[in-house]
Amino acid sequence: MNKLLNVSGSPHVHSGESVQKIMLSVIIALMPAFVVSIFYFGLPVIVLTLVSVGCCVLFEYLIQRFVMKVPTTISDGSAIVTGLLLAFNVPANLPIWMMVVGALVAIGIAKMPFGGLGHNLFNPALVARVFMLISFPVAMTTWPVPSPVWNFADAVTGPTPLGILKESAAVNMGEMPRYLDLLVGQMGGSFGEISAIALLLGAAYLLWKRVITWHIPVAFVLTVFIFSGIFYLIDPTQYANPFFHILTGGLLLGAFFMATDMVTSPTTPSAMLVFGAGCGLITIIIRLFGAYPEGVSFSILLMNAMVPLLNRWFKPKTYAK
Amino acid sequence: MSKLKILTKGFFKENPSLILVLGTCPTLAVTTSVNNALGMGAATTFVLLMSNILISLLKNVIPDKIRIPCFIVIIATFVSIIDLVIQGFLPALSASLGVFIPLIVVNCIVLGRAEAFASKNPVWDSILDGLGMGIGFTISLVLIAAVREILGAGSFMGFSFIPSNYNMLLFVLAPGAFIVYGFVMAAVRQILNNVEAKRKAKQANA
Repeated sequence: MNKLLNVSGSPHVHSGESVQKIMLSVIIALMPAFVVSIFYFGLPVIVLTLVSVGCCVLFEYLIQRFVMKVPTTISDGSAIVTGLLLAFNVPANLPIWMMVVGALVAIGIAKMPFGGLGHNLFNPALVARVFMLISFPVAMTTWPVPSPVWNFADAVTGPTPLGILKESAAVNMGEMPRYLDLLVGQMGGSFGEISAIALLLGAAYLLWKRVITWHIPVAFVLTVFIFSGIFYLIDPTQYANPFFHILTGGLLLGAFFMATDMVTSPTTPSAMLVFGAGCGLITIIIRLFGAYPEGVSFSILLMNAMVPLLNRWFKPKTYAK
Repeated sequence: MSKLKILTKGFFKENPSLILVLGTCPTLAVTTSVNNALGMGAATTFVLLMSNILISLLKNVIPDKIRIPCFIVIIATFVSIIDLVIQGFLPALSASLGVFIPLIVVNCIVLGRAEAFASKNPVWDSILDGLGMGIGFTISLVLIAAVREILGAGSFMGFSFIPSNYNMLLFVLAPGAFIVYGFVMAAVRQILNNVEAKRKAKQANA
């Protein structure tokens, strides 16, 4: 009876959307890439992912329960997504304890001190990834060579395609993996980023579920394509071709799953386009002229810092004014 | 204010770098090791103490309109003295602190205490104030440096006790300085608030 008399302001229609449902969609969308990486790197992938997810959830619980003394929110699933994305961003042969440190950085430095989900300025998984890259430069850049699980070969390490590109003075496409390999995931790299097809499959699911919009990823990938294309046209012997830049490194993972993080990306479509273009531009600048072979995580973090400004610049006009 | 309070307020309650957020440049730059932090803290304390004394003595002579240049000249004199002393007797410390010793001239804490305290108070109080602020600055530097050196280099005051492959390089670099500074600041403020709340509760009970 009481329920009938509830009076509330509009809107009265609820879409049924909730944080849990969004997080669940993201988790489902990451599964194809997860399966591919298990196929190529085997058991360590499962262990690292479980450690990362488990530690993120545990640290979030402990910090909320004992440090912040607020009701815990681990059931919203955001810590699980952070854990998954963080695990996807490391080489498959990373020592377990480094994964634990990474989880602590993601939750304890990048997320909770700002006030938890919805308040963090920077993407927690990327902060932790960059933290690990700078703190453990050797372990974070020793990439196991992917080989299907039935090979039972001992772990061999090799460079990433972008690493090869950085090391050599001229582009020698003979050393490079073929495009088909890049599409299915036969390349060195962090274990979640290797397969373009699996990532695009997950991205399509997210777009269909309307968890993300097309603006950020399209602007991101297109900017990378245009800028690497310009340099490729200037001198094809010095710069790799644009398709290579799109398919290698963490670009697709970053563009579809990390730059689109709802908390750390702008809110209006035009701001999203600028945000994506900025990410793409910084990525290419770092890849072509920077000290690191890969710049996706740095570019997204740098643009994360721009989000409050972008939101202010691209504020929608007040209706009828 | 009691004499003791003038001395101790700089330790935590008005700690120059953790509460007043002054002198952040040296706080971030030289806290890569505890030894550097101690050296920097001692040098700044000396400059604070001496400049506070001299400015307090000269406060009636210095014309109000040009007081800032006068303060800077006095401070720069003592910075030059300590810089030459460190270069002469502690060449290793001088090499690792580098330009940050001459930069004490523009440290906000020194000029801030001259402007806010020494130019308005008698000599004895200014001595206590300079000493207290210097010790507070040293405490904060050492706190931050201890965390950064242990996590980043696996050592304390040069004694390494964590194998080098367990070190987190980031804490020695600039981003680590900002992160640790923030966390130490938060922790110290939280502890001070807790102490204050307990004191208030006691007063209410009494």
